[in-house]
Amino acid sequence: MTAASLDTTARSSAERGALARARLLRGLLPALSLALVLLAIAWLNPRAISYFGFSLMLNLAIPIALATIAQMFVIAGNELDLSIGTFVGFVGCVTATWLKDAPLIGVAILLGSIGIYALLGALIHLRNLPSIVVTLGMSFVWQGLAILVLPKPGGKAPDWLLAIMSFKPPFIPFPIIAALLIGLVVHFGLMRTSYGVILRGSGGNPAALKRAGWSLLKTKIVLFALAGLFGVLSGMALIGITTSADANIGNGYTLLAIAGVILGGGEFVGGRVSPIGAVIGALTLALAASPLLTFMHIPPDWQVAANGAILIIVLAARVLISRRER
Amino acid sequence: MILVKSLAGKPWVWSFLGALVVWLATIAFTGGYGAGGMVTAALSLAVFTVIVGVGQMFVITLGPGNVDLSLPANIGLASAVAMKVMAGSDSMIVVGLLAALACGAAIGAVNYLLIWALRIPPIIATLSASFIIQSIDISYGRGLQIKPPPGFADFTNWQILGIPVLAILTVLFTIGAAIALQRMIYGRSVLAIGQNIRAAWLAGVNVGRIRFLTYTLSGALGGIDGALLAGYFRGANVDIGNEYLLASIAVVVIGGTSVAGGKANVPGVWGAALFLVLLLTMLNTFGVSAGVRLLLTGLIIVGVITAAGGEKAVR
Repeated sequence: MTAASLDTTARSSAERGALARARLLRGLLPALSLALVLLAIAWLNPRAISYFGFSLMLNLAIPIALATIAQMFVIAGNELDLSIGTFVGFVGCVTATWLKDAPLIGVAILLGSIGIYALLGALIHLRNLPSIVVTLGMSFVWQGLAILVLPKPGGKAPDWLLAIMSFKPPFIPFPIIAALLIGLVVHFGLMRTSYGVILRGSGGNPAALKRAGWSLLKTKIVLFALAGLFGVLSGMALIGITTSADANIGNGYTLLAIAGVILGGGEFVGGRVSPIGAVIGALTLALAASPLLTFMHIPPDWQVAANGAILIIVLAARVLISRRER
Repeated sequence: MILVKSLAGKPWVWSFLGALVVWLATIAFTGGYGAGGMVTAALSLAVFTVIVGVGQMFVITLGPGNVDLSLPANIGLASAVAMKVMAGSDSMIVVGLLAALACGAAIGAVNYLLIWALRIPPIIATLSASFIIQSIDISYGRGLQIKPPPGFADFTNWQILGIPVLAILTVLFTIGAAIALQRMIYGRSVLAIGQNIRAAWLAGVNVGRIRFLTYTLSGALGGIDGALLAGYFRGANVDIGNEYLLASIAVVVIGGTSVAGGKANVPGVWGAALFLVLLLTMLNTFGVSAGVRLLLTGLIIVGVITAAGGEKAVR
């Protein structure tokens, strides 16, 4: 105790400055990695850095960012959702069929699926189940439902959705505005409101939260319902871009979303997540996976590997910084 | 009576009961037709799930957060490696199997290296590794259409009195795994780490070495599984391991191993694997569509997990 306090007082201001710098660097890491990928793209193909180039390259970034935010809510509660990809696919199939042909039923199905997510949260909490297994099982359920809704690739996105997703604002490409909006809205909700603190606390220190009188059941339900909500938004945004659906359309999103959250500075345990970081992580993955590789003339086989490599490099950088932090 | 009571207390009994119920339901539907053939088929398919399930079981027993998500990619790559090395010739079977084993073990070692060097949760480490392995496999195994050597393909399908030889060998292997788990220093160390990693470390368990061994073992089992799958299904495939992510985790949990770690159960892995395979057979026999089959598989897995219930982590 005395040794520790002596140690703190003995720290020179220079050391404290280094500590603050390390923290800052860690916080900036997601943005730095995005900047690095952008610089690489600009260097390889300067023409890509334009209104049109960004609209094209970041085309699929909106649904990825939304799915990443969905995963982030689950991770904030110390759980993991391995079904978000097939869920996005299911929502896509409903969007391209029911939501267009019978909007009321479509809306009811989508709201119902958010309800199922909330119920899953309750189930996982009440029975103390491993979320990995439950959501793996659910991934089969969503995939099965998606095939039942749309046995063959097809369907068509509702016109209003197409209109939203092809919106062309002046000067700044739509995907960038949308990403900013998503990041800021979730940041405000989760990081700046009092219930947001409770939600993160349920992952950070559940025991303390419970003793303070908060319902852990309720926080888990809310976190899972939010994940469902953003999953629905992701599926709708995806269909707004691709215009038609396929039962397997979202399968890759499960792993992308986890990678995005971690890239964005999220930690697996302890409720340490960052909405803006998660959106930046999703953008980095969206850019690095396909445009960057194309410009580097690397065959698309290595797209998935690029995601893995970025994840490893960023995590390694984080370890180096953390070592300086202590 | 006492026997029944002591059996009911064992978590793995339920998975075998589940398998029996599903089997009875199926033969009730077919009117007894194909009852024996179904068991043979279930045994030969369950083998592949049991092999990776045992690897996954050791990993999960290490404690919360320990899970090997790289198994599907690992199986896919190892299946391609085995087929390329064997190159369709009977004389290269053993070399091919060893190559697949080495490939899998190397992947497991890399997994642990990432966990150790980057100090990241195993889920993220094995996930990042699986991204890279997947790409290597896509690039390495592109257009790979090498058939397994006839001797190897026959071996994976070889039956004695309706019992697949591979299943007999796998039973021997699981008995070995059970002994390793309960009676050897390695297994006891894994259990100790899962129960309380700090206490295990203070008690002198070489935590790093045991975790390294466990991830390498899981990887090696994935590798051997890939080679056997390629033999059984007559060729390698990038997607050959995809279903084993869910299957390997599900059999461990349904089989009575604690997800919180520190408590493992080898016989349960067999029961759960038979249950899953027979479940699929039943749904196929009932002639349901692909969508309904996926839906029911998912619902039943969630239902079984809910019924089995999780237990509070002991700490």
